[in-house]
Amino acid sequence: MEMNSLQVNSDKTIIAARAQTQAALKSGDYGKLAVSGWRRENKRVGVRNHVVILPLDDLSNSASEAVANNVKGTLALPHAYGRLQFGADLDLFFRTLIGIGSNPNVAACVVIGIEEGWTKRVVDGIAKTGKPVTGFGIEGHGDIATIARASYVAKEYLHWASELRREECAMSELWVSTKCGESDTTTGLSSCPTVGNMYDKLIPLGIYGVFGETSEITGAEHLAKERAASPEIADKWYKMWKAYQDDVIEAHKTDDLSDSQPTKGNIAGGLTTIEEKALGNLEKIGRKSKFIDALEPAEAPAKGPGLYYMDTSSAAAECVTLMAAGGYVVHTFPTGQGNVIGNPIVPVIKITGNPKTMRTMAEHIDVDVTGILRRDQTLETAGDALIGMIQRTANGRLTAAEALGHREFVITKLYRSA
Amino acid sequence: MSIPHLLVHSPKDICGVVVVEDLKAGTDMLGVITENDTTFHLKAKMDIPIGHKVALKDLKAGDTVWKYGEDVGKAIADVAAGEHLHVHNMKTKRW
Repeated sequence: MEMNSLQVNSDKTIIAARAQTQAALKSGDYGKLAVSGWRRENKRVGVRNHVVILPLDDLSNSASEAVANNVKGTLALPHAYGRLQFGADLDLFFRTLIGIGSNPNVAACVVIGIEEGWTKRVVDGIAKTGKPVTGFGIEGHGDIATIARASYVAKEYLHWASELRREECAMSELWVSTKCGESDTTTGLSSCPTVGNMYDKLIPLGIYGVFGETSEITGAEHLAKERAASPEIADKWYKMWKAYQDDVIEAHKTDDLSDSQPTKGNIAGGLTTIEEKALGNLEKIGRKSKFIDALEPAEAPAKGPGLYYMDTSSAAAECVTLMAAGGYVVHTFPTGQGNVIGNPIVPVIKITGNPKTMRTMAEHIDVDVTGILRRDQTLETAGDALIGMIQRTANGRLTAAEALGHREFVITKLYRSA
Repeated sequence: MSIPHLLVHSPKDICGVVVVEDLKAGTDMLGVITENDTTFHLKAKMDIPIGHKVALKDLKAGDTVWKYGEDVGKAIADVAAGEHLHVHNMKTKRW
């Protein structure tokens, strides 16, 4: 940290707080690591305390943003969908909205929809967590009266949430997701195996992990399949991967996908083929854990602590949004060329090993692992640095993406609306 | 140990990754195989950007490219050891 003559106490305080973490990391006793978070009504631990104004549909974005503007400190989550969806696409839509409202990083939620039927469905879904949630329909009232009614409730929720205190929780109670972006050859050498090292250390202690990016497993599917915890889960996973391959990629591709997978950014960074990208990607799950279920997009894991797979797109904002809807509260994001993504309710920790990215866009990076390429940092110490950053982030340190206002909330859509 | 120019995942690999900026043709590169920490030297035949691959041995068009100890595609042109290996002379076998 750069010092200046007006700086008082800050370094001393920060150094003292870190000393405890360093001691635990040094002894390798990761079970001793604690975080202070908010324990919600359903006993899950959250690391942020948002009061969310959630629009049911595109038409309700305007009222939701007006409420968030009236009540400072609340967070509107505008999005593009929610009308005339049907079938599996509608199920995914509801799972996503209900999952986001149910995430332990959300203290309370106001839902606004154009009509009351579907609004109630989202409210009822979120209410199962036990957290405060109220819905409002616009039809029959108009925007202005709805904004007023919703603002009074949002203000009450904000007062209530702002008095909730953090409490000490075991680090092992965190749900930590991962997905990489703007990958290059350095991610496979450094930042992805750093996440893998973290998972190797924390998953045995009881955290929930998750990886996804179905199209980016292509080229490493034989290795991914071997990491399933049982032949049944391997089979379930393989069907998901094959369906994505056949129903999405083969059905819709107009060329050989060379312009999309790898992306232009990947290619600029030195990645040539999807197989090469996939092998680097898979470094994120480490060496030890087997995945214990293959989840549908936005599905909450239900088989207890451990590593999960989630069927997701490889587009960063879509994938992180789906994992947030699944209930994950901290995201670890390795990047090579410098993907700048964030999420409105989940802190996204960026890790890079690319010295050029560190030189040109350091403001986006939370954990610098460039030492791995210079061979003056081991994966062991890089993994510890990431664990330390997860702890600090859970305790309240804002990530680079949060500080820079990145709030990408992107709903995955399976097909056109009716 | 000096800072390496080139990292290789597995002894089976026929390519390495340039991990320093502004690598110039003619550089006597220090390479490290990360899996077993062994070192080697190779002369760069061209300027190669950071993150891009270098062939570690001569390849014929059609030869499999190994990285991470795995098949990651094929050469689509002849490539000499020390040359840049990328989309102009290498392609996926998948699509």
